[in-house]
Amino acid sequence: MKDHYQLLIIGGGPAGLAAATIASSKGVTCALLDEQPAPGGQIYRSIESVPEKRAEKLGTEYLRGKELASAFRACEAEYFPETRVWSLSSQREVGVLHKGKSKIISADQILVASGAMERPVPFPGWTLPGVMQAGAGQILFKSSGIVPSDGVVLAGSGPLLLLLAWQYMNVGVEIKAILDVTPLSNHLLALPKLPRALLAHHYLTKGLIYQRDLKRAGVNTKIGASLLQAEGDDCLDTIRYRHFGREHTIKTDLLLTHFGVIPQIALTQAVGCKHQWDDSQQCWRPEHDEWGSTSIDGIIVAGDGAGINGARSAEHAGRLAGLQALFALGVISQIERDQQSIEDRQWMKDERHIRPFLEAYFAVPQTMLATTNNETIICRCEEITAGQIRKAVESGHQDSNHVKFLTRCGMGACQGRQCSNAVAHIVADSGGQAISEQSHFRGRPPVTPLTLMQLADLNEEESL
Amino acid sequence: MKPNVLIIGGGLMGSSIALQLAMRGCNCSVIDKASPGRHASGSNAGGLRQLNRDPAEIPLTVEAAKMWHSIKDLVDSDCDARFSGQLRVAENRSDMKKLEQRANMVKAMGYQHEEIIGKKELYKIVPALSPHCIGGLICRGDGYGRPYHALTAFRHKAESLGVTYHSSTEALNIEQEGEGWHVRTSQKVFNSDILVNCAGAWSGQIAALMNESVPLTPKALMLMVTERLPHFVDPVMGAASRKLSFKQMQNGTLIIGGALVAKLDFEQQKTELDWQQLAKSASTVVDFFPQLSDVRIVRVWAGIEAYMPDNIPVISASQTVKNAYHAFGFSAHGFQLSPIIGRIMSQLILEGKSELPIASFSINRFSQEKK
Repeated sequence: MKDHYQLLIIGGGPAGLAAATIASSKGVTCALLDEQPAPGGQIYRSIESVPEKRAEKLGTEYLRGKELASAFRACEAEYFPETRVWSLSSQREVGVLHKGKSKIISADQILVASGAMERPVPFPGWTLPGVMQAGAGQILFKSSGIVPSDGVVLAGSGPLLLLLAWQYMNVGVEIKAILDVTPLSNHLLALPKLPRALLAHHYLTKGLIYQRDLKRAGVNTKIGASLLQAEGDDCLDTIRYRHFGREHTIKTDLLLTHFGVIPQIALTQAVGCKHQWDDSQQCWRPEHDEWGSTSIDGIIVAGDGAGINGARSAEHAGRLAGLQALFALGVISQIERDQQSIEDRQWMKDERHIRPFLEAYFAVPQTMLATTNNETIICRCEEITAGQIRKAVESGHQDSNHVKFLTRCGMGACQGRQCSNAVAHIVADSGGQAISEQSHFRGRPPVTPLTLMQLADLNEEESL
Repeated sequence: MKPNVLIIGGGLMGSSIALQLAMRGCNCSVIDKASPGRHASGSNAGGLRQLNRDPAEIPLTVEAAKMWHSIKDLVDSDCDARFSGQLRVAENRSDMKKLEQRANMVKAMGYQHEEIIGKKELYKIVPALSPHCIGGLICRGDGYGRPYHALTAFRHKAESLGVTYHSSTEALNIEQEGEGWHVRTSQKVFNSDILVNCAGAWSGQIAALMNESVPLTPKALMLMVTERLPHFVDPVMGAASRKLSFKQMQNGTLIIGGALVAKLDFEQQKTELDWQQLAKSASTVVDFFPQLSDVRIVRVWAGIEAYMPDNIPVISASQTVKNAYHAFGFSAHGFQLSPIIGRIMSQLILEGKSELPIASFSINRFSQEKK
């Protein structure tokens, strides 16, 4: 690994791969750093090694990653898999951990293509063993072909929930129920956005096919389920929920939940990019222009880390960011940038058609974002409950960061990545600070944990 | 008639002063340009240290220690204060000599709180320490607290006695009218008889609004916190000749500091961590405790604090205007002093003198140096 690159790309999902492929074709020194052992990101995880039979079950959308990965492999960019980025400064210095050694390198342009994470939504019992995020279930399936053997309940909202149910059904997993927590009122709110969504009808068609197949297979789907609770002594054994005013229970030892995805903003936060609260996507995202340029010079974002638009958009946004980096480096002219990006910009516009509909349709209900069940653990690292957060707000600690100081909520190993959203929602719901850029926990590096020895590696002076 | 007092800066010093004044019947308002505890008061390491202080601070720190040991009587909360001692370790003979000289100096002043210990006692107290050390200087009555909890306790107690806090209220203009003050802020105008400047790193700017100049340097100090570990060390650890300060909190996490300065853009209030310095600090920790090599750091932050050229605070009446007072520039070791600062300042304001010697902290000292 060199000490300096013209372009450094963080993240090996569709945005990062597309950006590296286009930028390295113009002869700039370019490196791509990624946590995973192989290209593809979460969406195309294990795309190079997946057996053909499993790939078929995962669907055609997944297979699209093959082309991206092979184009990237053929390009000139240096590739550092299993490499973590633990800090990013506005001077474009990047703290990396590669093969167990830490190092600080720099770049003229940095593309943060950090992708998305599942939106953590705390509900009673969500920390019990046996309750997992659906994304984790899908990763096990993609990378190792592991599927639940004793049946599964899926709960939450969002396209991934439906897709995973369909993928499981294809390989014969018993789906005990799908508990869709989106209220029926969402359907009405989404209706005005349907005409525009029809412009991207292939997505709608796909969703309808999944639904039809699941229905034909007799999978029990409860739309508008509420008051979801996971119960059990040491691990999950029962799920309780309400549906049309009646309480129901299901026996299961596995619950996979999904409440949509949100941008991973730990790096853009660490570097100090301006962020904004996106009401429609119910998340924070870094502010950026059409090319992905953020409020900080030389820091570009692309893909779901810049705002949720899906894998196809990420690929186009990655190419736009790559071209923008080339332009900023003085390798291509503005006219060249604009001309070479016409198709990608059109694609992105077309891809956007479906989003307002999806966002309204799958919006997580407010009652789940800010749980009123005071026993619910919100910060699982420090075991802080919703009740403790509400109490802190009531005693005058009006903003999330003060609640954090007081309760230690968000100070554990994950540094609030799992609870920042929920805390901001609960603070707002308890009469504290309304959700805004400021209500996110202030980002504190390292972005991923670093051992004392790994940090000490950076010490240039000889120690005693 | 007790005077109306306006306190600029709602951190620990401002809150402690407000509390003591309110206990003596004054009407106090506290304004803060952000929110109380946003900077040094909320982000410091929480050290309760009498050990190794400037001789001028010794009478104050000893009195403050007494107050910390019964802090619950004052603010109805123990502020999570723990008295597990503070220790400076000697790695060689010259370190040990330095510590012995220090101990003798303190004894000569008539104080007993700093005590030399030999190798045997050192390893009895800290068995986990690397075997190369030879002794140390300990203050057994020292320890640590949790800064934000302390601030909250002081603030709530002050509020219960009628003190009002105004957040997001930045002093923009200060005018003297007769004997009193008009302070125009980003929210509204405050009138008071007395003005107290304890705005931390921003105290220089407040003093400037009062036409008083002070050689204050804002610095951003970094701290690291690790994951939780099984309990392995009681006292807060320092070293005689190396930058080291670390403690294990009740919950098992380690807080590592030691005057590690980050890059600071004061105008923008932006800090950027200096990983080289942190790396040096990490190697020092590993030198003293090799078993900590694989412990994970989960969080690093920097807080903005005011430093004076001589590293001791300003605790003083204004030298240019009447009815104005200063308490700032604690140079990264103010937390422990905070309860006594409230008491001294309330005496200074209401009686014109303090129970303890504070001449060394006069704001005059900088202008006198110039002459």
